[in-house]
Amino acid sequence: MSGPNDIAQVIPQAADYVRILPEIVLAVFGMIVMVLDPLMDERRSQQTLGVIALVGALAALVATLFQSQYPGQGFWDMVRVDSFSVFFHFLVAAITAVVILASYEYMAVQRIRAGEYYALVLFGALGMSLMSSAVELVLIFVALEISSISTYILAGFRRNSAISSESSVKYFLLGSFATAFFLYGVALMFGATGSTSISIIGDALRSGRIPMLAYVGVAFMFVGLGFKVAAAPFHVWTPDVYEGAPSPVVGFMSTAPKAATFAVLLRIVFEADAPGRVWLIWVVAALSMTLGNIGALVQDNVKRLLAYSSIAHAGYLLVAFAALPNNGIPAAMFYTASYAAMNLGAFAVISHIGGEGERYVTLEDYEGLGRRNPLLAATLTIFLLSLIGIPITGGFFAKFYVFSAALQANLVGLVIIGVLNSAVASYYYLRLIVVMYMREARVEVPVSPIPVGLGAALAISLAVTIYLGVLPGRVLDYAAQTAVEWAR
Amino acid sequence: MSTALDNSMLTLVTFIPLAGAILLLLFPRRDRDIRLFALVISLLDFVLSLHLPVHFQRGQAGFQYEVNNLWVTNPNIHYHMGVDGVSMWLVVLTTFLTPLCVLISWKSIHERVKEFFILLLVLQTALIGVFVALDLFLFYFFWEATLIPMALLIGIYGHGRRIYAAVKFFLYTMVASMFMLAAILWLYAKTGTFDFVSIQTAIHNGRVENFSGAALWLFLGFFVAFAVKVPVFPFHTWLPDAHVEAPTAGSVLLAGVLLKMGTYGMLRFNLGLFPEQSRSNASWIMVLALIGIVYGALVAMVQPNMKKLIAYSSISHLGFVVLGIFSFTQAGLDGATYVMLAHGVSTGALFMLAGILYERRHTYEIAEFGGLATPMPVYATFFLFIVLASVGLPLLNGFIGEFLVLSGAFRDRAVYGIIGATGVIWSACYLLWMYQRVFYGKVTHPVNLSLPDLSGRERAALWPAAVAALVMGVAPLLWLNAIDPAVQNVLAPFAQLASKMVKR
Repeated sequence: MSGPNDIAQVIPQAADYVRILPEIVLAVFGMIVMVLDPLMDERRSQQTLGVIALVGALAALVATLFQSQYPGQGFWDMVRVDSFSVFFHFLVAAITAVVILASYEYMAVQRIRAGEYYALVLFGALGMSLMSSAVELVLIFVALEISSISTYILAGFRRNSAISSESSVKYFLLGSFATAFFLYGVALMFGATGSTSISIIGDALRSGRIPMLAYVGVAFMFVGLGFKVAAAPFHVWTPDVYEGAPSPVVGFMSTAPKAATFAVLLRIVFEADAPGRVWLIWVVAALSMTLGNIGALVQDNVKRLLAYSSIAHAGYLLVAFAALPNNGIPAAMFYTASYAAMNLGAFAVISHIGGEGERYVTLEDYEGLGRRNPLLAATLTIFLLSLIGIPITGGFFAKFYVFSAALQANLVGLVIIGVLNSAVASYYYLRLIVVMYMREARVEVPVSPIPVGLGAALAISLAVTIYLGVLPGRVLDYAAQTAVEWAR
Repeated sequence: MSTALDNSMLTLVTFIPLAGAILLLLFPRRDRDIRLFALVISLLDFVLSLHLPVHFQRGQAGFQYEVNNLWVTNPNIHYHMGVDGVSMWLVVLTTFLTPLCVLISWKSIHERVKEFFILLLVLQTALIGVFVALDLFLFYFFWEATLIPMALLIGIYGHGRRIYAAVKFFLYTMVASMFMLAAILWLYAKTGTFDFVSIQTAIHNGRVENFSGAALWLFLGFFVAFAVKVPVFPFHTWLPDAHVEAPTAGSVLLAGVLLKMGTYGMLRFNLGLFPEQSRSNASWIMVLALIGIVYGALVAMVQPNMKKLIAYSSISHLGFVVLGIFSFTQAGLDGATYVMLAHGVSTGALFMLAGILYERRHTYEIAEFGGLATPMPVYATFFLFIVLASVGLPLLNGFIGEFLVLSGAFRDRAVYGIIGATGVIWSACYLLWMYQRVFYGKVTHPVNLSLPDLSGRERAALWPAAVAALVMGVAPLLWLNAIDPAVQNVLAPFAQLASKMVKR
């Protein structure tokens, strides 16, 4: 690390700021929302602030595109802009924009004051973006905390509902515990290699005998990150938190922080060449897939069902981490993107059907949806088919790349477990489809027409899901660049 | 042979129904217009598909009307389509049956009409795609794509236990095709391509590493997926449920085309990619096929439900196809292909006939009928004609195929031929006995006296099937001269295999 020796090196250069441009944009817009919130009439603030937040997310997208012209390190090698970070910045900003669109009408329906909500979403996105470009463990920790604390609060946003508060507290307590693990792992890693910079750690680990401490450090960091991505056996919080949190927030926190955490994991696993990764990930992936799918089989609450499904999907994704870098990295990146699209879409539908106070979230409430609102039912069906992994949806290629990467690394056992799990999983997604189309409604569930914001969110997720399923080439090729860059 | 029309023909035939379905989405919910539009689209597709046999180079063995464009670079997926003599006729069978399905569903589907015809057309695209795809990935994609519309057709428009039947159908075939997917992925990992022809040559020239160890498993992976679809004996339990619960059009396409996906898959992929494994596993597969023939027939005999009877008869007839395929003789494979086509026409027609009766009486129970020949003479005539075709009366379509299959099986091993031949007798028993109970004697239930005979629309749906059954029985060469070279091509490696074994 080139330490700040003289004054010229202490002052950040303009180029340094370009490296964190999207983060700056998000922070500025987040603060604008916070400042304007108390100044505005409550009825008007709802919509105006939503629009400002949306502009913020889109500005971050543009900033990412601008930033991608200037790859390189910044801030004394603590952040790095490369195709990898650009990919995840883009993903996080896009998720944020879609979530804001999906929440646009939700806030009014649930009678939630919108200002803080939008600000927290933007701050959370800031943390997540930074996670993917930070290449220094302490900065990663800081970014992780920024993103986590925002999501803790967001989870409790349905203040008049006890279950939402429970969800928030549970998430906060367990989450802090997990971040403590991560920090401890960072400390041990520093002890083992003498640095917190990922590339230096990587060089140290590659150069000679790997100290025992490094194994322990990796394991601890893995526990912390495993919690964040809801991988088994650190998954028990997921169903309760997802059940209680507002649906758009669940859509957000099951995709964006997960994507960012997977980005961190990818850096640690592949760029730092974490020792002992294969068996560690093998076990966690197999457990996540199996426990997630088995848990989902018996759920009657749609949000809990998707919570278990997200555990299973974390498992599928982790399979890629056990593979070789040149296939594993692009496979994992592709999976995060397509999972984000389909899961966001599914939760957007759920948040709309839930209605005021999220009353309609059981399978029974979905009976006859195919007749009451064919469009909404068809949209949800496509997302569910993508989650199953049926061709021409993004979910298919996602699974395909992951499993074929694992096959090329000769992880036949893991692939068999994965394939069997996908077969089991098709059952519970199918159950929801069956309920929507083939059963007559027993309870009268009012379904209001689809509002504009939600419609836009659905259209975007649907378009991306199908696009990734029909023409996966471009995204995958872009992701594959990372593997090439890292191999240099 | 390479005009622009020829090159785009398969794409057109495959995707016109899908385009029609998308247009239907935009239609207002006026049921009459929707039905008419679906009919026009399916007829248009049929007419277009006739281009294939008309301009087909009959003497040639390889694939024709090929298109091969890069679709996705990584994985290396090509939009590769093409037909040989076998798949071409299956495509035409599909496009032939779909307009009939539209006609037969005209009145019986009166709720959610728009969705019904959308699903039907999407299903048609997927079915055609299965037969024309020459890229394993594309094939798998269409294969899976048939699943969803079919399951929805059964689950939404079916009868009493429709949900159970739909879920059972979906899970059975989904789980089985996972094994095929695993085998496809393995092949891709080792060869770097999904292209059927390239993989075939790679295997043939021994350029696939570790192939000898994995070949048996790959063979079984494909076989299980196809065996469930056919269905071969122990995997057949989904079929009666699916058929009994499905709406008429669903049954017609299920029996007429969907089951053939399995036998077509065996012919194309099991035999095409793994000749040695096919040879060494043939004995137990043929035993299963024989069990299917006899067991299906015996169970059909005792069915009180007309539709279930036809369903079990399908298991029996498809047993012939499997028997013919794994006899590895020219006659056997020609016959197997012919049975596929003939069974599609005649069983499709049988299901339509059963559906017509159901529309009038809302039951399939044979005991509810009797003496129907008196109130419904035209219907009875059509029914008898189709039953005779299905039984295998000479000069009608069933005979040719079964005869060829049996002669092939005899050549392979006489006992197979003998047991298989009993199947022909059994089928005469259960079908004619059913016919007797439904149509002859006195009218036992007074309701049946006032049943109206066939309407013009119903006749329009049945005439083409009846004519096809007759023409296929009288002039089989029209079909066989295209099938023959394709089958020879499939069998070529087996001849080499045999000579290799002799040299040893």
